[in-house]
Amino acid sequence: MKMVSLEIHRYRPEDETEPTWQRYEVPLRTEWMVLDALNYIKDTLDGTLSYRWACRMGVCGSCGMMVNGEPTLTCAMYLEAAGPGPIRVEPLRGFPVIRDLVGDLTDFLEKLGRVRPWIIRKEEKPQQGEYLQTPEALAEYKQYSMCINCMLCYAACPIYELEPEFIGPAAIALAQRYNLDSRDHGARERMEIISQEEGIWSCTFVGECSTVCPKNVDPAGAIQRYKVAAASAWFRSLLPWGKR
Amino acid sequence: MNPDYTPYHPKWHRRRMPIFWWLGSGPYIRFITRELTSLFVAYAAVLLLAQLWILSRGPAAYERFLEWLASPAVLVAHAVVWLALLFHTVTWLWLAPKALVVQLRGRRVPNALVAAVHYGAWVIASGLVAWFVMGGAP
Repeated sequence: MKMVSLEIHRYRPEDETEPTWQRYEVPLRTEWMVLDALNYIKDTLDGTLSYRWACRMGVCGSCGMMVNGEPTLTCAMYLEAAGPGPIRVEPLRGFPVIRDLVGDLTDFLEKLGRVRPWIIRKEEKPQQGEYLQTPEALAEYKQYSMCINCMLCYAACPIYELEPEFIGPAAIALAQRYNLDSRDHGARERMEIISQEEGIWSCTFVGECSTVCPKNVDPAGAIQRYKVAAASAWFRSLLPWGKR
Repeated sequence: MNPDYTPYHPKWHRRRMPIFWWLGSGPYIRFITRELTSLFVAYAAVLLLAQLWILSRGPAAYERFLEWLASPAVLVAHAVVWLALLFHTVTWLWLAPKALVVQLRGRRVPNALVAAVHYGAWVIASGLVAWFVMGGAP
């Protein structure tokens, strides 16, 4: 059987102070994804390898890694397409590495909570039945609701790595998902957080977050739309009849 | 055994970002070039303001300024500036549809059309300025 080499980023903090590279030879099966190759290594070659994965179908967002330097869902990248090898697999860039291919996502989870990604209502209960929404109103935010929190956009964003205070692409896109929802009344609350320096204004529009997004969420577009909304709200507040 | 490590507090590894982080990928190089060419935009604006200021100092000073503009070294330098401005403008206007979501009769106007309108406006504005500078104005 044809084989392919994988160069895997290893970091074992109990033994090493710096990461190292370890090479493994795995069968090059046409139906295998990069994640299948990692599972093969874990099952048959080296049980000490650590990485995250869950659904194997591009929904859970757990198996995001750098494959040949590109942020990739390893369950959605064919081994053959990543070849001819050696295929380099690293943890997602921008996050501190706990072990091997596992990054720490605490920073993102803290920032995600800060943008209040849930429906905020002035009054809690609908007057009768459920809140109604037209297909047009759904289409407004649906694109942004497809985010699976895979963190590929953070790994593609050099600003997030250069300025760790930056709230980042996915969290801002998710804030926009709720702002554009016709049932939501929380846009002003979120604007207070998102229109800070570490929010939209840290973004210099590299645009790679949207390129690597496996769900076509377009976080870069969400941030630029937010900038336009924030700037026009600020100008309106300067007018004598404008309200802050 | 790394002395900093305990089973309950693993020592994280943080990558040090290299200064030339952007050299490794085409999109990052394009991004940095777009950002750096904004310096040429600033230069062009300052040059225009300087031209107006010198114009206010009389015909002799303005004549000397025009001679300086026509010297070979300045012509070559300004050809480079022009290319940088062209790159900056094309890539900048290409981003416009990301920020502008235009709805027309309940439908979203395609990104390519939003970009095309921007490019069209740019070409028309440049044409008007060229026509004025070439003496087309009455």
